[in-house]
Amino acid sequence: SSQVVWDTLGNRQFCSYKITTKTQNFCRNEYNLTGLCNRSSCPLANSQYATIREEKGRCYLYMKTIERAPFPRRLWERVLLNKNYEKALEEIDENLIYWPRFIRHKCKQRFTKITQYLIRIRKLTLKRQRKLVPLRRKIERRETRREEKALIAAQLDNAIEKELLERLKKETYGDIYNFPIHAFDKALQQQEAESESESEAEKEEEEEEDMDKREFVEAEESDLSDFEDMDKLETSSEEEEEKEEEKEVEKEAFHPKSKGKTPLKGPARRKRPYLEIEYEEEIEPRSKTK
Amino acid sequence: AGHGSGPVGSGTEDGGPPAPERVLFPPTFSVSEIKNKQRRHFMFLRWKQQQRKEKLAAKKKRKKEREALGDKAPPKAIPKTIENQRVYDETTVDPNDEEVAFDEATDEFAPYFNRQTVPKILITTSDRPRGRTVRFCEQLSTIIPNSHVYYRRGLALKRIIPQCIARDFTDLIVINEDRKIPNGLVLSHLPDGPTAHFRMSSVRLRKEIKRKGKEPTEHVPEVILNNFTTRLGHSVGRMFASLFPHDPQFIGRQVATFHNQRDYIFFRFHRYIFKSEKKVGIQELGPRFTLKLRSLQKGTFDSKFGEYEWIHKRREMDTSRRKFHL
Repeated sequence: SSQVVWDTLGNRQFCSYKITTKTQNFCRNEYNLTGLCNRSSCPLANSQYATIREEKGRCYLYMKTIERAPFPRRLWERVLLNKNYEKALEEIDENLIYWPRFIRHKCKQRFTKITQYLIRIRKLTLKRQRKLVPLRRKIERRETRREEKALIAAQLDNAIEKELLERLKKETYGDIYNFPIHAFDKALQQQEAESESESEAEKEEEEEEDMDKREFVEAEESDLSDFEDMDKLETSSEEEEEKEEEKEVEKEAFHPKSKGKTPLKGPARRKRPYLEIEYEEEIEPRSKTK
Repeated sequence: AGHGSGPVGSGTEDGGPPAPERVLFPPTFSVSEIKNKQRRHFMFLRWKQQQRKEKLAAKKKRKKEREALGDKAPPKAIPKTIENQRVYDETTVDPNDEEVAFDEATDEFAPYFNRQTVPKILITTSDRPRGRTVRFCEQLSTIIPNSHVYYRRGLALKRIIPQCIARDFTDLIVINEDRKIPNGLVLSHLPDGPTAHFRMSSVRLRKEIKRKGKEPTEHVPEVILNNFTTRLGHSVGRMFASLFPHDPQFIGRQVATFHNQRDYIFFRFHRYIFKSEKKVGIQELGPRFTLKLRSLQKGTFDSKFGEYEWIHKRREMDTSRRKFHL
């Protein structure tokens, strides 16, 4: 009758445990020894059959004999195998003595594979395990949106610039930067009672010095410079120069001095082209007004 | 037939697409009652235009009144922002608070702030980092002076930490990766200092930043910490500050900024130049990323037995839109 079963289920009619793929047929039956759908490995089509199954880390040998075929509840006999690998193999041999070679062999193979993967599980649990934390979509979306809004509210560039300017004001940078007007304002505030000529003289001196210093300092920076937008820097400084000129009429007093300076700086000028442009700008309107 | 003035209600209007100057809708009329979508949309646009006109007119009127009053005009109303409306946090640090000052003088960062230790940083990743994370680590290590990148080859953090302490590292940064992008940062101050776990987002490597400058140089950058107001914010801010050596080299003109806004910490790395004493130009180099604090732990990294100072609990802490913790 096992032959009849196989003829029906295995080849011709529908078997619910059978999975067909292009090259292979698999059997989903939990008592199947090899996992393939064959005449010799189908648990339904063989009246004498045995498997190894593991439960909670322990391996059991399941056996089915023809005598118990009418009693489905008692059909599968279960034997707990020894934890020791060799002893378990002997137990399998002992229980499946006089059974067909195929089943014995396949049982031992399956048992080997199972023990191997159990060992691996035990090893892996000792190592660090990655904890997978599921993301919640709504929360992720909310967070990204809030981050964008926070970024806009932060106005980072402005904040950084403000902070840097404040640090400059508090003189944390010491003597590296010399900005004349800043120092000049301070001086004025301190010495408001003094006469105008004196302040003018001071201004002139400071301006002169700072002209020198400014050249010096900016030369350094241009050596270090990694600014691709040098032209921006140029134009801004040019604008500054023009503005300063327009505002302070007294500057004209020492223009002849600056004019006199430039020929001295001839060779030096050519090394730093943008500085050249500065001075030219100053001079040209002067000549126009003349 | 659908577009013309059908039997379904519309106001007193001349019956054609060109909108008249002033449309009067009967008071009980609502645009959403029109069944025809096209018509409804059209009427809605018309209504919107009208609203806008009214608003503009009201604004002009207010402006005229203000000018007419001159000096006696009431002061301009300050618009409400989330920062204005922020729920007052009782742990906000007062600059003159002595207790806080005392705490800060005796906490784990005191040796750093007293200049007894020089920061030395170890940067590593989670297992099997992908290219993006690796490059990010490299860029980080160029920014942070005195930092080293080591690959994590399946080593447990708990075993790395004693080794680091033995080799005089002061800080450990672990960048966690998920699906080929870095998404987490664990910052641990080593000789049993606090451990902060952040969520990292919008990471941009150097090549993805537009208009960036040349590579960051080896100069020690300055550090800017903005908006860390509460006690928690203070401790986090000090953690960040302790990553960088104490004395910045101003010649380098580089600045690293940690800006806290609504509990998001934005990190930027710039090079600045002072064009005048009222104008400064900044140019972004270096990677950028945003962090959000998830937990702050008292000792070094220990997820099971550690003593947590602060954990972000979503259900309790995310209830109000105006409440922030940093």
